[in-house]
Amino acid sequence: MTKPQRRTLKASTITMAHGAGGKAMRDLIEDVFVGTFDNENLNKLEDQARFELAELQAQGQKLAFTTDSYVVDPVEFCGGDIGTLAVNGTVNDLAVSGAIPKYLSCGMILEEGLEVSLLRRIVASMRQAADEAGVTIVTGDTKVVPKGKGDKIFINTTGIGVIAEGVNISAENCKPGDKVIVNGFVGDHGAAILNARGDLALDVELATDCQPLHGLMQAMLEVCPELHAVRDASRGGVATVLNEFAESSEVSIRLFENKIPVRDEVRGVCEILGLDALYFANEGKLVVVVPAEKTDAVLEVMKAHPAGQGSAIIGEVLEGYAGRVLVQTGFGGERILDMLVGEQLPRIC
Amino acid sequence: MKFVDEFRDPDMAKVILERIHTLVDEIPQAQDRPLQIMEVCGGHTHSIFRYGLEELLPDKIELVHGPGCPVCVLPMGRVDDCVAIAEHPDVIFTTFGDAMRVPGSKKSLQQAKAEGCDIRMVYSPMDALLLARKHPDKKVVFFGLGFETTMPSTALTLKQAEKEGINNFYLFCNHITIIPTIKAILDSPDMYIDGFLGPGHVSMVIGQAPYEFISAQYQRPLIISGFEPLDVLQSLLMVLEQLKAGEARIENQYKRIVPDGGNMQALKAVSDVFELREFFEWRGLGSIDHSGVRIRDAYAQYDAERAFALPNLKIADPKSCQCGEVLKGVIKPWQCKVFGKQCTPETPMGALMVSTEGACSAYYSYGKIDARNIA
Repeated sequence: MTKPQRRTLKASTITMAHGAGGKAMRDLIEDVFVGTFDNENLNKLEDQARFELAELQAQGQKLAFTTDSYVVDPVEFCGGDIGTLAVNGTVNDLAVSGAIPKYLSCGMILEEGLEVSLLRRIVASMRQAADEAGVTIVTGDTKVVPKGKGDKIFINTTGIGVIAEGVNISAENCKPGDKVIVNGFVGDHGAAILNARGDLALDVELATDCQPLHGLMQAMLEVCPELHAVRDASRGGVATVLNEFAESSEVSIRLFENKIPVRDEVRGVCEILGLDALYFANEGKLVVVVPAEKTDAVLEVMKAHPAGQGSAIIGEVLEGYAGRVLVQTGFGGERILDMLVGEQLPRIC
Repeated sequence: MKFVDEFRDPDMAKVILERIHTLVDEIPQAQDRPLQIMEVCGGHTHSIFRYGLEELLPDKIELVHGPGCPVCVLPMGRVDDCVAIAEHPDVIFTTFGDAMRVPGSKKSLQQAKAEGCDIRMVYSPMDALLLARKHPDKKVVFFGLGFETTMPSTALTLKQAEKEGINNFYLFCNHITIIPTIKAILDSPDMYIDGFLGPGHVSMVIGQAPYEFISAQYQRPLIISGFEPLDVLQSLLMVLEQLKAGEARIENQYKRIVPDGGNMQALKAVSDVFELREFFEWRGLGSIDHSGVRIRDAYAQYDAERAFALPNLKIADPKSCQCGEVLKGVIKPWQCKVFGKQCTPETPMGALMVSTEGACSAYYSYGKIDARNIA
């Protein structure tokens, strides 16, 4: 018996019918999602994906499991779109634990009236990002909400990855003497989103830094399986990650302001608006705390990796003043770098 | 980065700091008690903390963080008025972003927005006028806030609205003026200020002349100062040089931006549109004569105070707040009874904890770690 041909979606905009469970919804799912993500697990159109445990077990010792929702506005911007974010964001949440990302789910909430062509572009971005990150999107869900009850498209992705034996990365593990490294320019994504909103009419090229970090992480783990703490500096930026580290490990962290890589364009945006790039979201940057004796080796492999060419040592872990992050300014003065109270900007990731 | 890095050069800072350290030892009045120098403007306060300047200065210099943060000195009653306007169903209320969190007696604009009011952040009053063009069926209200720095752009926006015949645009005018407030501080009996760093961007509009009374009547030096860390250090040095020479003059450090005579076109736009109020209420300082402006009758149709019924209530500052004493240099932020306890940037009670340019908020967020630990 030959397999029936996949259904095609002819509509140009999403209507409530596309979430109603009938033929229109099947058209959408089979054409746009299954047609693009196209893999054995998904193509069966069961209510769940199924994996062989033995296969996962052969690759590591622990499962890593994470979820994130994406509501960025605007949905398309320089260097990516909400689909790229939805894949790389969750891939990176897995990767920074040391996990090799394996499978993602994709839950979509679409607003009535969404252009199908835009949806197709976003879904194609997700497939491309998934391929680059070596993950498969194996299950999903689609809901449509009436116009005005959502904002074009919201995406939730949940991810599963496998952590190898002996890897134990945690925000609690920072020790006095450790060094703090970041894998390149900070603040690009936050600045790109701000610019893409168009309110500022700035004449600059600002692209998101959205990229998967699992390859870089595996390269770092090869030379230093005992990495102490790693987080991707997404919402809240580098400042927030460092505050989380200082709090969880009951240490203080000192940053050297003039060692932190920030693009001139991003600095310019910050200067104009009175913002701080250390709080800007990143979508392809991690902050890693490394034992002092392994710093050079880790920095070397980071710089050799495409996702870490701009890596730099930006600070150190100290004893005392538990939970505080200090910045040594270019002047030799010192100030506290606190968590943000509220938002520096609305809805950035 | 050009126009930025040269004003943040650490080597140059070292040279100026050495001169400051030497000079302060040669000023007689600094040997009995620390000199108190007030930076009037919130922008200076922010720079001082952002670059950790305070701890680089000799102990014989104390910086007093002045009233020049328009968001901080906004009284609660005016925020309540904003909320009352924003609650009209046909209103789009527009504001600069940093006013969103200022607490009113019941709620901030941010809370009002969450409860369904159409409140939007704009970067310029012209953005608000653009919204008025786009939404002819709505009343678009701009929350005009700030000293003489922002007054001209608001004035020009009203003129533009008039020129285009736009009838659905309104200004809720809370513009204030710095000179009467400096005078009020100088007249205060518990005042200790030895010299001033004057506000750079206000002076770009008003020029040097309005400050002359400070040297003539009160014998205090004032240096109109830029906002980069080297500007602030150089201006401090200029104050010290005058104190050492026993002089009190108005000088302009920020010549690259501030013409001595100010900006005549901007001043004309301001005086066409605005007139002085008899008095205006300041958070932390109380009512100060002639310290605010309102819209002239010729532009009455754009005046939100006339177009909307406002509660217009005077809400007293919480009793436990000591903002006024901090503003006048009588106590340091961390010596206030509620600093870091009931009053934090998350739950600001007093004016100075509200904006990142407020002295208490700056101390809390950026301050010397030991000062913060007292909290």
